[in-house]
Amino acid sequence: MNHFHQKHILDMASLSTQEIDYIINTAMTLKDISNRPIKKVPTLRGKSIVHFFHEPSTRTRTSFEIAAKRMSADTFSISASTSSMTKGETLLDTVNTLQAMNPDIIVMRHSASGAPHFVSRHLLHASVINAGDGMHAHPTQCLLDMMTVREALGKIEGLKLSIIGDIFHSRVARSNIIGFTKMGAKVTVAAPCTMIPNGIDKLGADVSKSLEDAVSNADIIMALRIQKERQSNFFFPTEREYANFYGLSYERLKSMNKNAFIMHPGPINRGVELSSDVADCSDSLIMKQVTNGVAIRMALLYLLMGGTRNAHSN
Amino acid sequence: MRTLIENGTVIDPQQSLNDARNIYIEGNKIVAVLPPNELSQAPFKRDETDHVYNAQDQMICPGLVDIHVHLREPGHEYKETIESGCKAAKRGGFTDVCCMPNTKPVNDQPEITTFIIEKSRSFKGTRVHPVAAISPDSKGKGLTEMGLLLEAGACAFTDDGHPVSNPQLMRRAMEYALSFDALIVSHCEDLRLADGVMNEGVISTRMGLAGIPNAAESVMVMRDIALCELTGARLHIAHVSTAQSVEAIKIAKDKGLPVTAETAPHYFTLTDSAVLEYDTHAKMNPPLRTETDRAAIRQALADGVIDAIATDHAPHSDLEKMVPFDQAANGIIGLETSLPLGLRLVHDNVLTLSQLIEAMSIKPATIMKLPEKSIASGFPADLTIIDMSVKHTLSAKQFQSKSRNTPFEGWTVQGKVMQTIVDGRLCL
Repeated sequence: MNHFHQKHILDMASLSTQEIDYIINTAMTLKDISNRPIKKVPTLRGKSIVHFFHEPSTRTRTSFEIAAKRMSADTFSISASTSSMTKGETLLDTVNTLQAMNPDIIVMRHSASGAPHFVSRHLLHASVINAGDGMHAHPTQCLLDMMTVREALGKIEGLKLSIIGDIFHSRVARSNIIGFTKMGAKVTVAAPCTMIPNGIDKLGADVSKSLEDAVSNADIIMALRIQKERQSNFFFPTEREYANFYGLSYERLKSMNKNAFIMHPGPINRGVELSSDVADCSDSLIMKQVTNGVAIRMALLYLLMGGTRNAHSN
Repeated sequence: MRTLIENGTVIDPQQSLNDARNIYIEGNKIVAVLPPNELSQAPFKRDETDHVYNAQDQMICPGLVDIHVHLREPGHEYKETIESGCKAAKRGGFTDVCCMPNTKPVNDQPEITTFIIEKSRSFKGTRVHPVAAISPDSKGKGLTEMGLLLEAGACAFTDDGHPVSNPQLMRRAMEYALSFDALIVSHCEDLRLADGVMNEGVISTRMGLAGIPNAAESVMVMRDIALCELTGARLHIAHVSTAQSVEAIKIAKDKGLPVTAETAPHYFTLTDSAVLEYDTHAKMNPPLRTETDRAAIRQALADGVIDAIATDHAPHSDLEKMVPFDQAANGIIGLETSLPLGLRLVHDNVLTLSQLIEAMSIKPATIMKLPEKSIASGFPADLTIIDMSVKHTLSAKQFQSKSRNTPFEGWTVQGKVMQTIVDGRLCL
């Protein structure tokens, strides 16, 4: 039975709980491929995937590249600095140009919230995977986070996830609030009030003013990166102050919560949101997140290309 | 150490108390407050007491609190020091003062906050609660480390002396302060409108001095109230001087917003006619306003729209004041004139004595989240003893403050601070 009928992966809001489960289950079965001596299957042979990254990215882009290549797809990369967009081409024209070359999937990262949605509306055939748009959504990150939690704790429903840090600017936070809540987890956010966007509680997150409340009750603690450039927009005074009130050191973490797992979407500012002894501790799932990222992206490429139907027809 | 204050009248708005009571103090705490006919229940005997203060014909109230003073140290010690400021404060009846951050360097670092607190403690008198800056160097370009400053002992945040002109910074400051439930104190002044040296009106026109319209204050009061509504942070409006600001604050309070306000004795005592002789001791910011404003301020105190009386004690030396009016520095000293000027409101039937004590002790302590003030068993022994009847002439030469810049020189007033008790210690 095929549980998957999406053409695009744009955000967590448009995926059903069954689809989310199905994606994660698929990723679990595909994960093994990355551990084989020959890490390649022929499933997506002859498929063309364009990686269109309009914003800097290392881990997400590499993860997609590896996922596609392990499935034997042909991949093509366009980044903002090397594309015609630097010559003034509009996004719509770039997309139409790409479409004329008939790719199967466009994996897209863009600094403008909603850009992948815009592109998806103008594509006739290709699928779009949102690899992060502005402050809006990062669905593949959310899916890999859910897979990592399910592996570590056996379930998602009923768990308590606390997200600490710059919720305001974070597409990871928005996707995780929507995704984890949809799967029956309870999400709490904690940050200086400058970093709590208006109405986030209406999206399903509890807002905690106290780091201690957020940390002590959590099964999973997810720290977000604090970007220094936010200082100039008055979101926080200094990294020293942030680390003092919202940063997690091992000692502080264990005094509040002995059992919680630690996650972080990366890249980490060591010594700011997480000290090194937390980032590298045995309860840290951070490297597992990265590993699962490849599996989730393999699963999505596979499912968008028809999944079992396609595999059987091969 | 035991102290007995006998034969006095205790006024405590917290308990609607205005009656003869003996107060028993042990260490830094009040241990009993007894009416004359219940002295048999005294916690200690009269002859086992270290100090007996005879408060015959005197009034004892919860210690006065001045939430807006400039102590000038570090950096401008020739105008005032923490020591001289604390001496002036205890002479004025104040057990607690909150000092503004516009020192040199500006109090924008935990280390400076700690310095001020530790230095003031060494004088064992009036307690000093530093208000730290909102932005580094009060330049309006970023946020200070409010959390660390609070841990060091800061009680609130302001760039007083300067407005926070950038509304985005003010919004973020309020939001950030909200994370710690900290108070933002706003110096409300639109610098582009406030391009003058005195109140804008008939007197400024006659005198040929550039005027500062009321709107220079009230537009910022309204802006900050709007930001308070947006963020939910606690906002305190400093030195309210205009009728329009009062109206705006009343609307905010009627809406239930967490807004409080203070005014200074000069705004309910003087008008811009005090400037007529180009008296630089009548130059302050915001400027002395018109009779309409003065009446509105007095009414706002009576109605509780303005919560607190704070002096904006601003010492300046002759270097800053013995100059032409245009060039003179803004501000006057106030610690040693505040209570007698406040009592004028009682003598004029604008406020009851109880209301005055609320505005000078209870409410300012609440605004700054200082320990609650009350004259009851278990409360800290922080008291001010006042002789309500004694008439005297204000003379800056006799003041403890290092500076003499007061427009009230030679005024005859009624009511005098007789003793200030901080943590059970008689300070005068």
